[in-house]
Amino acid sequence: MSGSMEFLLWTKGPMFDIALAIFAIGLFARLAEIFLLGRKPNYAEPRAGEWLPGLRTVFTRTIADPGTFQRASFNVVVGWVWHIGFLIALLLFVPHAELIKGLFGIAWPALPNPVVDLVTAITLIALVATLVHRLTHPVKQRISTIEDYLVWTVVFLVVLTGYLAYHRLVNPYPVALGMHILMAEILLIILPFTKLTHIFTTFIARWYNGAAFGRKGVQS
Amino acid sequence: MSELTLERGLAAFRAEIDAPTAAFFSSCVHCGICAQSCPFYLETGDPKYTPILKLEPLRLVWENEFTLWGKLKGLFGLQQKVTDEMLAEWEELLYDSCSMCGRCSLVCPVGNDLAYMIRKSREGMVQSGHAPEGLIAASVRAIQTGSPMGLQWKTLAVQIKHVEDSTGMEVPVDKAGVDYLVLLSSMEIINFPEYLEAIAKIFDHAGVTWTLSTQCFEATNAGIQIGNKDIAAQLVERVVAAAEKLKVANVISPECGHAYTAIRWEGPNLIGRPYPFRVFHIIEVLDELRAAGRIQTEGMESDRLSMHDPCNLARKSGVIQQQRNLMNLVADNFVELKEHGKFQWCCGAGGGVSSNERAEPLKLAAFKRKKAQIEEVAPERMVTMCATCRTQLEEGLEEFNMEIPVVGLTEMIADHLVEKEAREHE
Repeated sequence: MSGSMEFLLWTKGPMFDIALAIFAIGLFARLAEIFLLGRKPNYAEPRAGEWLPGLRTVFTRTIADPGTFQRASFNVVVGWVWHIGFLIALLLFVPHAELIKGLFGIAWPALPNPVVDLVTAITLIALVATLVHRLTHPVKQRISTIEDYLVWTVVFLVVLTGYLAYHRLVNPYPVALGMHILMAEILLIILPFTKLTHIFTTFIARWYNGAAFGRKGVQS
Repeated sequence: MSELTLERGLAAFRAEIDAPTAAFFSSCVHCGICAQSCPFYLETGDPKYTPILKLEPLRLVWENEFTLWGKLKGLFGLQQKVTDEMLAEWEELLYDSCSMCGRCSLVCPVGNDLAYMIRKSREGMVQSGHAPEGLIAASVRAIQTGSPMGLQWKTLAVQIKHVEDSTGMEVPVDKAGVDYLVLLSSMEIINFPEYLEAIAKIFDHAGVTWTLSTQCFEATNAGIQIGNKDIAAQLVERVVAAAEKLKVANVISPECGHAYTAIRWEGPNLIGRPYPFRVFHIIEVLDELRAAGRIQTEGMESDRLSMHDPCNLARKSGVIQQQRNLMNLVADNFVELKEHGKFQWCCGAGGGVSSNERAEPLKLAAFKRKKAQIEEVAPERMVTMCATCRTQLEEGLEEFNMEIPVVGLTEMIADHLVEKEAREHE
């Protein structure tokens, strides 16, 4: 028992600090790598400014255009479901909200546990669906790399260990919780070095996209 | 030109990487949705035509040389390098199966502007010696003769004579200080001579002063299609020199999609300075004249017409409403294709695909998407405003035995002008 408690304390203490440091430094490096490259000056007479269309695309690109939705409904819907489910579990589960409050001093109301529980189960199913899709759809098969499967595994295990810990399905409990925390830390560590960076860079990408098209008079 | 090598190619890829490119590659999650926007993938079903996959060489250069992780991998010899063999394989993906239509850029959920990066990748392909023969030949002809099809002024002069004979109007040549310098595309001069006659009539009708330039009549830019900044800049400089010499305030790009994006959006950046004149597509000019009440038309086309938006004009340049205003001026029975405007589907021939003979089967395959769109609304005729699109539509429809004529919007407007005498009578 004392070993499992030590493990939990380690994940909550030194390991948490290490993960947070790697995440912060790595993400800072990645963002610096992007922004330091800059853009060449654009001498073509613009039709409109860049900022507003850029910001609009940051939001609007979240929703697929009707044609794409029709052609890739499974991809779009499953993607939506698990992203929203993950965010709900991450931000609106009572212990998570408490942790965020403790770390950053920002608090918001959480959802009742049974709701988060259901959302988590749906998220797990949706994640499995994305894996099956990746393994079977010819395009996804062709473009997928080891990194895609690695990232999927880490994300899945973060949610799964959380689910198992909540339901006390692994004993002793400190090990179950410690595993969940450790998985979350591994996710933080690999985030800046994998496609997980899209959590941050997608907003930069969308802005550049919206800005470039907006300048030419098209809301992308 | 000194020898084209892998090293030069890699240097060119490197030089193209900027903040947007890094943000785009950092964001790709391999969702594969870009494939669902690509006519080349959709109509062949071959996953190698997935847009993001076409960018793999550029992505590898970015990862290996512009990311901390890539450099760490390098320390342990774990980098996957871009090789000559890889680029040879990617030549088909970056040229034959991409018209740079930009639809994927509008659809990517994380916001990647893929067409922007295809354009960049082609710079590396040229420098490493992996550009298609057809495009190399077109570029060489463009530099040597001024036209990618090797057309010379004397051919145009014959056409000018024809137009003057049939209309009784003078086609102005090398007139300084006029409102507009009119550029043409070789394909238009050869395939659609009615365009020149149409603008002569419309400008006469609207009281617009204009001129052609013997120094430079070609608007297209083979340098941009193949992906070579030096060639592209040289071709842009020719237009600028002609416009400056004739002291015109405005330059008109013809019914050609890529010529417009080339001169309108890329041109100033290629030569590194803003122009001393403004650039318009002919459709923009016609719509301005319409709005100012300077175009009076009579009669309406009564058959069922639909319209193809050229990618370069609509999605990539924001000219979307103008052609609709003009259609409504002369067409009673105009029906939109289902996905149109910024979400229109490419005809399959742009971005250099039509100059690349090897790509013929893919070009025809990609057209099937357009064909299906046309079949859906079953028009009696199609209208468009790009010579490359028009040729592709005509050839494609013929291939599939669909008897749907294709007309240029400018000539259709010219056909409905109120006769001068009639106007003076009023």
